[in-house]
Formats: sequence, C-alpha cells, structure tokens
Amino acid sequence: VCFIPGGLDCSISFVSHVLGKACVHGRQQEILSVLVPRLTDLTKSDCIWQRICWRLVECVPDRWMEAVVLGFVQRAAGADVLSRLLGNLVVKNKKAQFVVTQKLLLLQYCHTTAVLQNLLGYLSLDTLRRALLIKVLQELLETWGSSSAVKHSPPEQQQYISKAILICLSHLKELEIESCRQELLTSMMEGVKCHLDSSLPQIRRLGMVVAESISSKINTDGPVLKFQYEEDDETRELKSLLVQTPLFCVVSSLPADDRNEKADAALPLVSESDKKSYTAAPVVPGEESDAELDSDDDLIPYDMSEDKELKTKAPLYVRDCIEVLTGSEDVDKWEATVKALESLVRKNPAATREVSVELAKILLHLEEKTCTEGFVELRQRAQVAVLTTDPVPVAKYLTSQFYSLNYSLRQRMDILDVLVLAAQELSYPKSHGKTKHSGSQKPCIQLLPGSDSSKDWRRVVDERIKSKTRRFATGQSQVEPASGPNEFNSVAGHFFFPLIQHFDRPLTTFDLLGEDHLVLGRLVHTLATLMYLALNTMAVTAMGRALLEFVWALRFHTDSYVRQGLLSCISSVLLSVPAERLLEDMTEELLETQCWLGDVVEKDPDGDCRRLALQNLLLMENLKKKLKIVPS
Amino acid sequence: MALPPPDPQFVLRGTSAAVHTLHFSCGGQEPDVPILFSGSENGFIHVWNLKTHRVDTALDGHGRRSVYCVETMGGKDRLLSQGRDQRICLWDLAEGRTSVTDCVFTENVGFCRCSLLKVAQGRWLMAMAAKALEEVQVLELPSKTSVCTLKPEVGAKLGMPMCLKLWQLNCGSQPLLLTGYEDGSVVLWNLSTRKALSQLVCHQEPVMSLDFDSETAKGISGSSEKVLSIWSLNEQQNLQVHQTHNLVNAGISDITIRPDKKILATAGWDHRIRIFGWKKLKPLAVLDYHTATVHCVSFSDHKNPSERLLAAGSKDHRISIWSIYTQT
Repeated sequence: VCFIPGGLDCSISFVSHVLGKACVHGRQQEILSVLVPRLTDLTKSDCIWQRICWRLVECVPDRWMEAVVLGFVQRAAGADVLSRLLGNLVVKNKKAQFVVTQKLLLLQYCHTTAVLQNLLGYLSLDTLRRALLIKVLQELLETWGSSSAVKHSPPEQQQYISKAILICLSHLKELEIESCRQELLTSMMEGVKCHLDSSLPQIRRLGMVVAESISSKINTDGPVLKFQYEEDDETRELKSLLVQTPLFCVVSSLPADDRNEKADAALPLVSESDKKSYTAAPVVPGEESDAELDSDDDLIPYDMSEDKELKTKAPLYVRDCIEVLTGSEDVDKWEATVKALESLVRKNPAATREVSVELAKILLHLEEKTCTEGFVELRQRAQVAVLTTDPVPVAKYLTSQFYSLNYSLRQRMDILDVLVLAAQELSYPKSHGKTKHSGSQKPCIQLLPGSDSSKDWRRVVDERIKSKTRRFATGQSQVEPASGPNEFNSVAGHFFFPLIQHFDRPLTTFDLLGEDHLVLGRLVHTLATLMYLALNTMAVTAMGRALLEFVWALRFHTDSYVRQGLLSCISSVLLSVPAERLLEDMTEELLETQCWLGDVVEKDPDGDCRRLALQNLLLMENLKKKLKIVPS
Repeated sequence: MALPPPDPQFVLRGTSAAVHTLHFSCGGQEPDVPILFSGSENGFIHVWNLKTHRVDTALDGHGRRSVYCVETMGGKDRLLSQGRDQRICLWDLAEGRTSVTDCVFTENVGFCRCSLLKVAQGRWLMAMAAKALEEVQVLELPSKTSVCTLKPEVGAKLGMPMCLKLWQLNCGSQPLLLTGYEDGSVVLWNLSTRKALSQLVCHQEPVMSLDFDSETAKGISGSSEKVLSIWSLNEQQNLQVHQTHNLVNAGISDITIRPDKKILATAGWDHRIRIFGWKKLKPLAVLDYHTATVHCVSFSDHKNPSERLLAAGSKDHRISIWSIYTQT
C-alpha cells in the first residue's frame, strides 16, 4: 500500500474490507503485525497518511469493526500512536465506541496493562474523546462499587477494573475532577464498603488501594484517606499506574510498561517501615556529682551507670498469677505475670488443672493494659498451654463461649485459633517434646557421686558380657522413633462437636449465616483442621459424617472464603477417615458430594475453589482405585 | 571516664546457707593469720582463713538455729555469738579449742543484733534486746550482771528495738546507747540515768541498721524504704537530721562505717553493695556481685591500710571480699 497521492482522490474502502475480513477470520496477527508498524512510521509526521489511516479504519464494516479495533489497540506502541492511527474513530463510529468503552473494559478482562494504557491514553488525548473518558470512568466506578460485582466476579476481573480506574484517574485534569468530585466521592464510599466486607484479603487490598488513590485525587489539600495494609507487588504496581510520565514519540515499539517502570522509580514507596527503634536502657542517674573534689575528699567514684531499678519478679504460683491478672493495679507485676504465665502453666499441670476453667476465662477476657511487646502471642500461648493441660473442661468452656452473647469477632476467632493450636500440640507425638526438655536441663543436674559409681560398674559389667557373647542376629539396628499415645484421641470430640452444633442458631449479636460470614469462614477452616488432626482417633468416623452433612448444608454459600473452607473440609474428611469406613458408612454422602464437586469445578467463579474441588475429585478417584486393588 | 566497678578480690563459698553476720579479726601480728568469722542460717559459725580462703573451723553452738551476730572480744580467741535459739554464747578459741565458755539467755525472739563496747581492760558492756517487747537490756561482761534496762515511756509506741549501738566519746566518758526502733525512730539513751536523751523520727519504716561516728557525732541509718538518713548530735545531745539520700531500690539490711571514717558501705535488698564517702555521702561505687539480698557488710581491721578489705555476706550463700579505696 505504498503509493504517493498527488492530489488524486482515492478510495480505500476496498482495503478496509480486506483488512476487516482478514481480522475477523483470525488473521489479525499476520496482517496487523506488518501493517501497524508501517502505518506508525508513515503517520508520524505526514498528516495525509494520518487521514488515509483514519479513512481506512472508518470504512471497515461494522461487523468486522471489533476485530480490527481490538487488533489496533493491542498492536499500537502507545496511546499517541493509537491516536494517530485511529483518529476520532470512537466518536464517529458507534460500534467502535461500544468496543472501546464497554467491551474491552467491562466485558473482557484478559488484556494486559499495556493495552489499558493505550486505550485510556488514546481517549484522553483529544478533547472530543475526553468526554468519553469521563463516561468510562463513571461506568467503571459503578461496576467497582457494586456489591454483587465484588461478591461474584472473579478476582482477576476486579483487578483489571481497578487498574482501569487508576489509569483513568491519572489522565484526568483538575477541572474535570472538580466537575465530578461529588460523584467520585459517593462511588468511592460505596465501593470501599463492599470491598472491605469481603473475606478475601486480595479484594480488600484492591479496594483499599483504589479508594486511597481516588481520595488523593479529589482531596489535593486536606486529609487524605490512608489505609494500613501490607505492600506487595500487586499494590505497588497499581499505585504506579497513578502517575503518567509525559508521552513522547518512540521510534521502536516500546511497550508502555517500560514507561511505567520509570514512573515507579520516581514514586516514593509508601511502605510502612517498622523499624524497631532500640531504646537504650533507661539510666537512672544516681547522684553523680561531678568533679567537685574536696581537698580532703579525694575518693574518685566508679562508674555507676549500671545501677538501675530492680525489675519486678513474676509470681511463682499459678494461683498468684490469677490474683495478679484479675485484681492487681501494679502494671509492672501484671506485665511480668503475662510473660511468665505460659511456662508456669506448663510446669505445674496439677495446679493448673485445679483452676483451668477460671484461668481460661480470665485469659479470654484479658485486655492489653500496658504496651507489652507480643501481647497477643503471649496470651494465645498461655491459652493453648491451659487448654492442653486440661483439655476437656476448658474445651467445653471455650466452645460454649464461642456461641455466647457479647463477644467480639476477634475473641470468637481467637477461640478458634486456640482450639486448633492446642489440637495440633495434642496430636503431635509427645516424646519429641520430652527429649528436648531433658536436653536443656542437663547442665543443671548435679549427679551425686554415689549414683555415678553405680552406673560405672554396670557399664563395665555390660561391656564384659558383650565382649564374651556371640551374636547370631543383630536385630533392629535403627532406633525406632519414639512414640506415645495420641492425646488428642480422647478429646477430639470435645473440640469438634460443640463447634458444629449451633451454627444455624442466630443470636442478637452474632449471626453466622448472616453478616458474620468472616467468622463462618474461619469456623469452617477450623473444622477442616480439626478433622485433619483427628487422623487415627476413635471419633473420626462420626466427625467425618457430621462434617459432610455440615458441608452439604452450606455448599451454596455466596462467600468464596467459606466455600474454600468447605472444600478443605472435604479434603480433610477424605484424608483422615479410613477408606473402609468412608465407603461403608458414607457412600451416599460421598456420591452427592462428588456431584457437587463436579459442579464447582466447572462453574465456580473463584479460581481457588475450582482448584480445591478438582483436588478433592482426584482424592476420591485415588480412594476408589486403592479399594479396587485390595483383594476382598 | 569513670572506671567500671571492681570485681571482688575473692569469694568465699562453702557456708551452704545464707550468711547473716560477718566479723574480721586481722589485727594480729605474724604468724597470726587474718580471720573472718561468719554466722549462717544453719547455725554454724565458720572461721575463715583469709590466706588460704578456706574454713579452718566450724563452730556449732546454737542448735542449728540461725546465727545473726558475731563479735570478737579483744582478739580472735574470744568470740561472742548470738543466735535465734535465744542465746548469746561466749567462745574460747585459743590454741585450737572450740568450746562455749559461757552463755546468756536473752529470752528474746527478735532479730536485733547486740552491741559490744569495751569500757575497761577485760570489761565489756553489751546491749541486747530484752524479753519484753520494747526494752533493751545492758549487761556487763564477763560477769553478766545487768547494768540497766531501758524502757521507753508508756505510750511511746516505738515497737521492737531493731538495731543497737553502744558508744562513748572517749575512754572513761559516759557510755551512751543509740537504738533504732520499729517505728522508724532513733533514740539516744543515757545509761546511767536510764533516760532517753533525744528521739528522732528518721524513717517511715523500721530502722534496719545504723552506725555512728563518735568523732564527728554523725550517724547514719537505713530502713526498708529508699531513704538513707544521716543525723547528727549537737552539743545538747539532741539528734537532728543532717541529710537524706535517696536510693535506687528500696531496702537496706546493714550499714557500716570504715574505722578510718572515710567511707561507708551499705548492704541492700537489691543484691548490691553501695559505697559512699562519709564526709558528704557522695556515692562512690555500686558493687553488683550477689544474686540475692546482701545481709551484712563488714570492714576489716588490718593494721596496714593497703590490705584493708570489705566483706559482704548474702542470702546466696556467698561471702564476697573486696579491696576498695585502700589507697587513702
């Protein structure tokens, strides 16, 4: 297509037709990979060529417009190039407008960030098109802020829309922001609410980043919205989209991403640095009177900077700890008690068993009085220690409190965490812990001279016997790993069944099936973990059956975090319950579950759910195979 | 730049019980060995040889009840010890003997250490807490005759006597007694008139220990609180507070002024020994070695100033020996 127009009228509609047909038949790549760079070069300085290019695309019939526009948008080296190539196509052609403003942004989400940059940059470059830009932003915000979209659309799509919003924001000028400030504010408020309500941390973070960006754009002076979240690659990438470097003409096809990286370097990272400031130990200045040496008194003082106040000691008995934690006004003592509590509980199991429920109650309600480092962890470890020392009554107490009135969500989730950690500890072979402890105590033990000598003679005699006997078989040369009874066996039921009992009974302040789906999600995950840890216990079959029924009741829950939990429950059941029991006692439930899993694999919007469902189906297949192999 | 505090010169181990009292006897000529007497909670009095750092003898005279005071009476051969078995024992340690020559039944179940004062050759006065709650009895030793009993006035509510100090301005003048009581006051008694010459409230808590410098007529007392109180005696024999000093941690078990009146040492409940200059109570050093309450401190009576030592006995069963400020 290289002819020099010399004032001739030429019709290129034929070429447009060819182009359109080729694109719609899937030959976009071949034809456009040649055409677009050529046109880019030609249209760089020559307006006639620009006009020709515009005519070219304008004449493409509507039914092929989408393919062509898509191809151009993907291939163009930058927004300015796209602008040169397409001109005001989006304004003139309805179909093109639909493709650019609706289809590519709202209905598809497979395109790269570069494509988005091209598209939205293109819209911003001409005054005629800017109106479209604002309209696009409004529509994007509407989608972003709709609660059903947040709940049901896949995270990838939500990310795509967030990126688009940020790029739009970066292109808007002051005046435009002024004119739609109110709308931006309202949509931001609605949107941020839906996002924060989600159980998935990624969605929450997306919401936070976008809200912060919108807020920073509309409130240039005055307080800006700032959330606390962990920075990661995704958030950094999103934030970098807010800043646009000035567009310049590129010769080679530099992808827009490179330009973004430069902007990224210039942008100061908003990461929270938790620098631990090491405060020097407080020095109480004793009355260090300097230098006034008396003529008689020529005694030179020594360095007394180490002379500090003596730290308060923690109580040595568990009951004293209870007193301090409930009544004491002395904060130093309280702090020392909190730090020492776990080890005291573990060293005095008998004493702890006497006051276990009381101690559990105190710990559940314990609030941070002083700014102790690691308070939450200390409290949790103490709770786990109490629970493992006296599992049955404390588990009964904790599970009953989980469903009681007037607890905060944090406390209910703490209960779940403590139950899981304690179950883990109880089900782990105990002897490992024992050898560790005795090892550390060795230096302190002083052997009495009497017992030493008795060991010696025994050793001498043994060696003599060994040297004299002939061995025919050496027996086990490898030391068997130390084993002990599974302590979780007797208490697994106490941990599990009370939690599963009342989930469908709403209280005034706590409705698992309603608003508090976050806690429901955590509960489901906890049940999955408890089920997994119940491997080789007596109650495992009953637990498995109850859990499958529970899963069945909740299988259509709208929250993807809950669904992920339900699928992990099924995995735990398949892994923990012995295969024979599964197939004999739970065949019906398993078949129903299998149907449901198939459904999830195909239709569930959440990628993690689909993956977990697939895993479960594979486990079931393995189960069937295993049983077929075993001869009856 | 101030030097870090010195380490103990050596540490005596082997009492296997908390050390409650210490007394040096190092004034003897060669070939006499310098000796340290220590009384422990298990009722033993250990005689430490300061050359070999080992126990030469262990004296068992208080029926395994805690010994809380040891004093020598003119040399290391005559020892006085006071224990929780309500007895004060006089020992004869000459030529390797270890026998109790005499014994005084105090009938007192308290912890007040007795105080000895040599008034003439072979004659001592000993003040001790008596059977009745607030009384102090003064005996003459070795005759064990009672010189006087000092009773506070009715309604004075001083509580138990906690610590005693007999002193006289110079040989031949009247002996006087300073007593620290449970209510925090220090009382100066005249032994001949049996009357209290002056009373001063120094502390809010019981007076745990006191010491007095007759040359400058100044004394110091420590209590279970954070304050050290320095008081002085004016011409009218009246006590008045001279100075107070706040400590970092509360609780003092023992105070002693070095015989040359240059420095003093305090034994603290916070496991630390503090050295102060006596003139102005300038803090000089904090010796941090022990791992439990320090019960007693004592300065040695070496003739040679550079050999002087400080000993501290603690609940952690150790006796630390320090050589500090020996140049002055």
